[in-house]
Amino acid sequence: MIPTHYFLVLSAILFTIGVLGVLTRKNGITIFMSIELMVNAVNLTFLAYARQFHQTHGLIFVFFIMAIAAAEAAVGLAIFISLFHHRDTIDVDEANLMHW
Amino acid sequence: MLNLLWLIPLTPFAGFLLNGLFGKRAGKGFVTAVAILASLAAALLGTAAVLQYHGAYPNGARHVDLVYNWFSSGGIGADIAFQLDPLSVIMLMVVTWVGFLIHVYSVGYMHEEEGYWRYFAYLNLFLAAMLILILGSSYLFMFVGWEGVGLCSYLLIGFYYTTDYAPAAGKKAFVVNRIGDFGFLVAMFLMFAYLGTVDFAGVQQRAAAGGVDASILTAICLLMFLGACGKSAQLPLYVWLPDAMAGPTPVSALIHAATMVTAGVYMIARSNVLYRLAPNAMMVVAIVGGLTALFAATIGLRQWDIKKVLAYSTVSQLGFMFIGVGVGAFSAGVFHLVTHAFFKACLFLGSGSVIHAMSGEQDIRNMGGLRDKIPQTFRTFAIATYAISGLPLAAGFFSKDEVLASAWATPYFPAVGKLVWLLGTLAAFCTAFYMYRLLYLTFYGKFRGTHEQEHHLHESPATMTGPLWILAILSAIGGLLSLPEGIWHGPSLASWLAPIVPEVEGAHHIIEIPMAQELTVAVISTIVAVLGWWVARSLYKEKQLASDAMLEQRAPGLARAIENKWYVDEFYAATVVRPLAGLSRFFWRGVDAVIDGIAAMLGFIVRGIGDLLRFFQTGNVRNYALMFFLGVVVFIAFFV
Repeated sequence: MIPTHYFLVLSAILFTIGVLGVLTRKNGITIFMSIELMVNAVNLTFLAYARQFHQTHGLIFVFFIMAIAAAEAAVGLAIFISLFHHRDTIDVDEANLMHW
Repeated sequence: MLNLLWLIPLTPFAGFLLNGLFGKRAGKGFVTAVAILASLAAALLGTAAVLQYHGAYPNGARHVDLVYNWFSSGGIGADIAFQLDPLSVIMLMVVTWVGFLIHVYSVGYMHEEEGYWRYFAYLNLFLAAMLILILGSSYLFMFVGWEGVGLCSYLLIGFYYTTDYAPAAGKKAFVVNRIGDFGFLVAMFLMFAYLGTVDFAGVQQRAAAGGVDASILTAICLLMFLGACGKSAQLPLYVWLPDAMAGPTPVSALIHAATMVTAGVYMIARSNVLYRLAPNAMMVVAIVGGLTALFAATIGLRQWDIKKVLAYSTVSQLGFMFIGVGVGAFSAGVFHLVTHAFFKACLFLGSGSVIHAMSGEQDIRNMGGLRDKIPQTFRTFAIATYAISGLPLAAGFFSKDEVLASAWATPYFPAVGKLVWLLGTLAAFCTAFYMYRLLYLTFYGKFRGTHEQEHHLHESPATMTGPLWILAILSAIGGLLSLPEGIWHGPSLASWLAPIVPEVEGAHHIIEIPMAQELTVAVISTIVAVLGWWVARSLYKEKQLASDAMLEQRAPGLARAIENKWYVDEFYAATVVRPLAGLSRFFWRGVDAVIDGIAAMLGFIVRGIGDLLRFFQTGNVRNYALMFFLGVVVFIAFFV
């Protein structure tokens, strides 16, 4: 059986890639994809532990996280469409009206 | 009509609304019609109600017309309800009919004034409030009217609001009355606490049933009397009334002589059961009344403003009424209230007619010799002067005598009663003296005004002389309302009012005055009044102002003290007004500055922090994300 820490390392790598993506990219869609990457890294952690301890709590959690990620995707994409309507771009650096 | 009592105050109130809202644009004809009709309607409705009441309740029981339950919470409550009983009937007739006459008079007197509509709107509002005061069936509802008339008094004293003195006088009246109202309010709280009700009949019953501590009743009575002192201008709260003369003269006649200022007398007559159970409070009322009667009368001896003389006279006559109700002669007090309403309204309206003729002059030093120039005014004024002086067979003679004889014969506190009688008799002498001084200085001798004033002298129009004559006739024959027991056994004011003074266990009932005492007192009063008249005549009829000058030479200190009203205003200014103003300034400049400083400093600190923090609001999404990330790292580092 594959040892649990393999999963955890993979999850950490995925999560770090996600964080770096969010922090460095300007394109809204890319940021969005990076967030999904982080979410799935967390899912992977849950599943790894669920497998190790033979418990279903983690599995249930994953279902919920996936459902919420789907909802979040719908809302997020709607926001970007609306942004594109108004500004002709989805570059998040352009959406800076709220600064001092 | 008996179930429509609420209509009586409502009609003048409707007049107030119409004139107040539309009067300015609608013009004088509209204003006059609305105001006169509203007051006439109130008078007619009132008369109809009184006639029906007399038919339905021949024994003088109380009729209550409940409109709705005002509030009811736990054990306490109050109703909006109107009542008629013999006392309310008397007040209702005086207020509505004298009120109507003064409305008519005002049409003539105010016709050139700016704010004609404003004047009549206030006057109608006053009538409505006064009617609530006398028709309300509980202390609380009466208090509504009580405050309403206070408001109208304030508004009408300050009617000439562009002057300096009128608004100041209005403010003074309002503030002084507040002290009295405080007493009235606390008295009502005590009633709620110890008697559980403020309804007139309920309070009477529970007080008469016993079980309430006598000291509580005394406290309630004294606090109510404090209220009466404010509203009815008794020592020590009388100072506002002379200043109230800053208002238009018909207002002085209606509010500050005939009706509103007698509210305190009405209240005590209304609460006679409480007072009879608390004789100590009655003694205070009688003594204060006696002192006020004499004190105000002495000030009246040496005033130059025609209205000021009458104002001090009013304070003094109100003192007589309080002697009456204070010694237990409630019907005598009310009787004097009624006759006083006649002759004092007549005198004030007469003075208004004089001022009108003199183109606004109020100083009697500049008058004189008006007898032939304005004969109607002179005759009515002379009749009313005769009546107020207590000279035989006019209204004041009977009412003042009944008050003084009751003081002499009071069973509550015989020794103090004699003292009060003495005070009253001295005041009666002063009354005759200063009234005839006023009459002789104003109407006899030579004209002392300017040529221009002499040129403009004219008798007032019929709308003004008409009411004058009616009131003069009433002052002449008003005494017939209540002749002494010994002479007349038929119905009279006293027998009419008898039901409002029920038998109460442990309290005296109606005062019995032996015929011999009554006669003695009457003879003494007559001698005193004639003496006052004779002294005034010999001093002023021929010599005119020279007599006042002589007094000033003989006793300059005394003359100046009287002329300056015994320095009471100065005394109050030094002991109350100025310390209070100083304290206020300390709070404003001292305490408030510190509190304000703390608040301002807090604001300053918050603003500084905000200035620093706003640099984090860059508007850049990735900056936020970075901070979020760093935050999570710090959070995890801290907890893990």
